[in-house]
Amino acid sequence: MTLDVLNVGEKAKVIGYRRDKPQILRRILEMGLVRGAEVEVVRFSPMGDPMEIAVKGYLLSMRLSEAALVEIDSY
Amino acid sequence: MNSRPTTVLIGNPNTGKTTLFNALTGLSQRTGNFPGVTVEKKVGTIDLDHLQIEIVDLPGTYSLAANSPDEILATDVLLGQQEGTNSPELVIVVADASNLERNLYLTTQILEYNLPLILVLNMYDLAIANGLEINTDRLSRELDCQVVPVVANKSEGIDELQEAVKRCLEKEASAFHLQLDESVEDGIHQLLTFLDDYSDQLSAPIHRVEVLRLLVDEGGIVEQRLLEIIGEPLDSCLNQIRKKIAEHGTDLLLVEPETRYQQIGEIIEICVDRKQEKLEFTISNRVDKFLTHPIGGSAAFIVLMTVIFQAIFEWAAPLMDLIDGSFGWLGDLVSSVLLEGALQSLIVDGVIAGVGGVAIFLPQIVILFGFIAILEDCGYMARAAFLMDRLMSWAGLSGKSFVPMLSSFACAIPGVMATRVIENRRDRFTTILVAPLMSCSARLPVYTIMIAAFIPDKPVLGFFGLQGITLLAIYMVGVVVAVPVAWLLKKTILQGETPPFVMEMPPYKIPDLKTIILRMTDRGKRFLVDAGTIIFATTVVIWGLLYFPRPESTSEQYAQKAVEIQSQGLSKDQQEEQLNANSKAETGAFLRQSVLGRLGRLIQPVVKPLGWDWKIGIAVMASFPAREVVVATLGIIYNLGSEESEESENLRQKMKTATRDDNPGQKVFTPIVALSIMVFFALCAQCAATLAVIKRETGSWKWSFFTFSYMTILAYFAALITYQIGNLLI
Repeated sequence: MTLDVLNVGEKAKVIGYRRDKPQILRRILEMGLVRGAEVEVVRFSPMGDPMEIAVKGYLLSMRLSEAALVEIDSY
Repeated sequence: MNSRPTTVLIGNPNTGKTTLFNALTGLSQRTGNFPGVTVEKKVGTIDLDHLQIEIVDLPGTYSLAANSPDEILATDVLLGQQEGTNSPELVIVVADASNLERNLYLTTQILEYNLPLILVLNMYDLAIANGLEINTDRLSRELDCQVVPVVANKSEGIDELQEAVKRCLEKEASAFHLQLDESVEDGIHQLLTFLDDYSDQLSAPIHRVEVLRLLVDEGGIVEQRLLEIIGEPLDSCLNQIRKKIAEHGTDLLLVEPETRYQQIGEIIEICVDRKQEKLEFTISNRVDKFLTHPIGGSAAFIVLMTVIFQAIFEWAAPLMDLIDGSFGWLGDLVSSVLLEGALQSLIVDGVIAGVGGVAIFLPQIVILFGFIAILEDCGYMARAAFLMDRLMSWAGLSGKSFVPMLSSFACAIPGVMATRVIENRRDRFTTILVAPLMSCSARLPVYTIMIAAFIPDKPVLGFFGLQGITLLAIYMVGVVVAVPVAWLLKKTILQGETPPFVMEMPPYKIPDLKTIILRMTDRGKRFLVDAGTIIFATTVVIWGLLYFPRPESTSEQYAQKAVEIQSQGLSKDQQEEQLNANSKAETGAFLRQSVLGRLGRLIQPVVKPLGWDWKIGIAVMASFPAREVVVATLGIIYNLGSEESEESENLRQKMKTATRDDNPGQKVFTPIVALSIMVFFALCAQCAATLAVIKRETGSWKWSFFTFSYMTILAYFAALITYQIGNLLI
């Protein structure tokens, strides 16, 4: 399961990654989405994309195509 | 060269870094570009009793992995390898005290550069309000650097920071070190030994942090640079080491961020105590529930953008009229003092008109940057990008391109300058290149006169007017063309991997007035100095091309005519009227004989397929410094003098009745010709100021030239199609 499929309010833990976009993945990692990090979906943009999540105590927005690089284990 | 110690200021975006810089330096700051790159360089002075320290503000970054020009620049400055900047003796890292965990990521990366370092915990008051208790002494010990809590927008803690700077200059560098997986540490060690053999080929001794980047950032900038020098041997050495690390079961992409966040997590555990749910989270969340709501948020966004657009479009108008009027008044004054002739014309039509042509843009620039500064400082800019990202992605851009594009409807100059909010170079350049396609306020006079004179005021579908619909359609031309152009640019000359849109949504806060005012004045000043000189020069050159040559025979001819008029014994009013007409006819005759006038006739075959005669050709060429000049030039060509404006009934009548020189039975202007002219002006780059700003913002004339070329070609063919198809239909 990947981060982009979660609904608003759902929480999950990062467990792995898809490797097809290493440049973007590097930025995602730097922003704190490392394995074990807890994430919560806060909202989606009115047009459905991008999405906003809470991670490491702050808010982060990312496109669904980017969130799809992050594999999660939903609670 | 100055011998003052240099310190750099660095930090994540949204940490109040600019506010701190302003608080530290006051009015001593100056801005420019780092040589060779279009990254903004802000330099100021910190005054400490007997010591002055130069402080360089680096662009906000989240990491030093050198993915973007900003990050590459930051690492180069820290390593003392950036041209024009002294090797720093001290680093001040600004962190958002409420968001320490992520901010420490960059901080710990910088700590490894082994420079004396001060960690500033900014917005400390908010952290306390957020229920955080930070043990700064413990944090200072863990990181082996000084830690100073500061509230920059209230100037709290600035004295303590200055004291820390004084102490720190004599202190040893931090010994903080991130202990990585043993296979990686082995790899770094092996690479250091390997690179040692090439030390005479390298410009500077290689630092451990560079080797870390070389190893973990596959295909990154450090690898690219070193491969250029060392080549094959390095490549095979790297491959061998990376293979060994992979065999060990370590993931090179993950190892640095995960180890770093793990260590940061341990430090936070020791030093930070959270007593309650983050307050700003709750407040910002409530605001965002509305501001990013599908209906409420979209409505708020549209209202806000309308206000900004109105401000640049309407509120700036009185100020622009005032500037225009003042320069007009000055021109009249000089005209009355100086004798008529080349000097008078140079000063009035060249110099004063040139300076006026630069100054006229100031109100729009200052107003737009006032808004941008407020939106960025309060945190809304990130929300605007969040709302607009999907829409802009249709043109291959991101939400960050929206505000620059919208501003370009008022004027492309502030629009192009506003692209600095876009970090990705390709997205930024694409936005810069298509921004001038948006119909700016300078095109409006052209549209107004053409529509009023040649588009019949017929009702369409009952309640729409044909004139209004034409205006809307012309405005849409730019937008409709911009989407495929942007898309094409991103597929061709600006192609590359889609940049990440992984962006922090900062908590809302009250914007800092000083920061906003400094931003506005700074943009205005930079526009005047950098673009102003070029715009001024172009105006003077075009003046010369329109003024010279002035054959004696022409002036004699009109002088003779004037004598004739005076000797006819007409009434005083009649005589004055005829003399006036005579002198306007003379101005017109000179213009037709000028270099540009002749060129206009020369290019007649080129513009004929667009339905234009040579007079229109001249007017279009003469409008190179600025599109709106075309109206005044048409006035001169039709012997009406240069005072004609778009509302002028006189000019409209003259244009309506004008016939072609080569075919007196045929009218010059028809509705189709008017459309062809409007379409041309909608798409062309007849604006020296925009081209000058593009050069300034991209750092190269190449991009100005490219913009001018592609837009002119596009404008030409669109006008051609308009005219040819229009004629077929009628």
